[in-house]
Amino acid sequence: MMKKLLVFTLVMFVFGYALVPFYEKFCEVTGINNLLRPDVRAKDNWVDEERWITIEFDANTRGLPWQFKPLQTSARIHPGESVNVMYEITNDSDREVVGQAIPSYSPRYLDKHLKKFECFCFTKQVLKPKETRQMPVQFVIEPGLPAEIHTVTISYTFFELPEGVNAVKN
Amino acid sequence: MAAVHGDAHGHGHDDHHPSGIMRWITTTNHKDIGTMYLWFSFAMFLVGGTLAMGIRAELFQPGIQILEPELFNQFTTLHGLIMVFGAIMPAFVGFANWQVPLMIGAPDMAFARMNNWSFWLLPVAATLLVGSFFVPGGAAAGGWTFYPPLSTQGGLGVDLMIFSVHILGASSIMGSINIITTILNMRAPGMTLMKMPMFVWTWLITAYLLVLVMPVLAGVVTMLLTDRHFGTSFFNAAGGGDPVMFQHIFWFFGHPEVYIMILPSFGIVSEVIPTFSRKPLFGYSSMVYATASIAILSCVVWAHHMFTAGMPTVGQLFFMYATMLIAVPTGVKVFNWTATMWRGSMSFETPMLFSIGFIFLFVIGGFSGVICAIVPIDIQVQDTYYVIAHFHYVLVSGSLFALFAGAYYWIPKWTGRMYNETLGKWHFWLSMFFFNLTFFVQHFLGLAGMPRRIPDYNLQFADFNMISSIGAFGFGLTQLLFLYIMISTIRSGEKAPEKPWDGATTLEWTHLPTPAPYHSFEKPPIVK
Repeated sequence: MMKKLLVFTLVMFVFGYALVPFYEKFCEVTGINNLLRPDVRAKDNWVDEERWITIEFDANTRGLPWQFKPLQTSARIHPGESVNVMYEITNDSDREVVGQAIPSYSPRYLDKHLKKFECFCFTKQVLKPKETRQMPVQFVIEPGLPAEIHTVTISYTFFELPEGVNAVKN
Repeated sequence: MAAVHGDAHGHGHDDHHPSGIMRWITTTNHKDIGTMYLWFSFAMFLVGGTLAMGIRAELFQPGIQILEPELFNQFTTLHGLIMVFGAIMPAFVGFANWQVPLMIGAPDMAFARMNNWSFWLLPVAATLLVGSFFVPGGAAAGGWTFYPPLSTQGGLGVDLMIFSVHILGASSIMGSINIITTILNMRAPGMTLMKMPMFVWTWLITAYLLVLVMPVLAGVVTMLLTDRHFGTSFFNAAGGGDPVMFQHIFWFFGHPEVYIMILPSFGIVSEVIPTFSRKPLFGYSSMVYATASIAILSCVVWAHHMFTAGMPTVGQLFFMYATMLIAVPTGVKVFNWTATMWRGSMSFETPMLFSIGFIFLFVIGGFSGVICAIVPIDIQVQDTYYVIAHFHYVLVSGSLFALFAGAYYWIPKWTGRMYNETLGKWHFWLSMFFFNLTFFVQHFLGLAGMPRRIPDYNLQFADFNMISSIGAFGFGLTQLLFLYIMISTIRSGEKAPEKPWDGATTLEWTHLPTPAPYHSFEKPPIVK
């Protein structure tokens, strides 16, 4: 009896860990949390020229010696229109630093209507000492975005990646 | 009964156990261990209560008076952890240790040595937890649910908390393995599963829940530990992890955990109410099935704690309906208790008062739970005092009141002495009054938008907070009365009659002398 229950305990401990890949698979299959993968371009793409949206670009670093900024702070666009923005990162330190950008959107449900085709956040960025790099983001905000929304914010934060870690699994 | 009594003396040489402190350290007797569990949990209850007094003192007035915000956060965090893992859970294990063998006619727990171990892990864990206040950076301060990123960023206090949770988890798992084996293998002849007292049934189901979810908690705190120190990224977004995943895994443990804390109290109340209504429990088998269905449902509702963490609408709807479904078996239980009292020959001694108080207030907590389960309302009241009021109605006037009921009910059996009925009634009525004074107004605070875990608040909340704080001080002091009643009962209480409750029907009352001898049921009773 004790043996059975101890084995059961062990199984549940492993089950706790098994929830991690299960969670990732679940999010992948249902398309929740799809922040670090390119989206597929929709075929029935149209531009709502009646409507204007202001996009604000925000850039932060957390715990790594980089400067990080968008080359423009905002853009006024029509929903459905393809947008290109350049971001610039500079490594101020004397060592090679690996960073990973994590996006954050406001309002929160913007991620349902934001299709990103190119982004520096899809891979990790390696910067040599004092290196500067300009990187593009290309995306579309779909016309399905609720009509009451006039301003959205797209924010990126760079985190330092510990050695040998890959945020993006391919 | 005489035969059983004589038998206990026949084996008198077994009674020569070490005396003094070594008796308690080396004991493998379920009664000794049960007693230690109960004293330990009461000590932890006082520690957690002191933290609560600190919290309420700070919230007595708007502004920061007594506790700096960092310390306030440590107080709320440790109050929750200590009350859940140090007070309520060990108290129920203490009841299980005392009562399960007595109620199924077994001589002791199945694994007596492991039983000793599972108790003596607790003081170690408690030392780590309480000691974490004195390390640089102080105790963990990210809430008792220790969500990352706060818990991956905190200092040494968080590590101590993680180890403490590991040890407490190991202790609970050992305790439940012991309880399951005892109940399944050591019942007296004729004691079929469906003849077991309700308290034993609820503990059997609770013990299964514990071995189901405690290892998951151990897993998730291990992930936290490796995230903090060994470069993994389970919950670190930059490394590809996800902090929301922590919440899912944590609440996969955490929701069954709240039923782990309430099911044994259903058991206690299901013993006390028939005794003082002098009628058998109404709908015994439906009670068993209701307990089992609550346990099963509790495993599929965890995400109702995270409606605002981001979830597809389908998910919200599923967890909302599943949560509301739990009200059905719970309603069956409340109905059965009420029906047991219906036309019973009722008397209102202290255990019965606490049980009726339990039903009355637990139902209020249950209803506010159904309200919180409704997604649009939950989004409104998430992390407000409404939620605080809700879970204190189920944990304090639920679990704790049932523990009091059980303590008054069985203390004559345990010590052979009777508690002071007048003081017991005072304890009940003061607890009842001050509890409601503390927590009922918190519903209003929550609906008005006062957030939890914040040491300061807007002026508009001042009056209700002052009322709540006065209630809390009163409730805290009242529990010292309980301590006094228990100590004076043990030291100088009147000698209890052989069967103080004439309506009691379970084995410990019908087949054992009062007080229960140190070794009981060495010859199993025959149950018809």
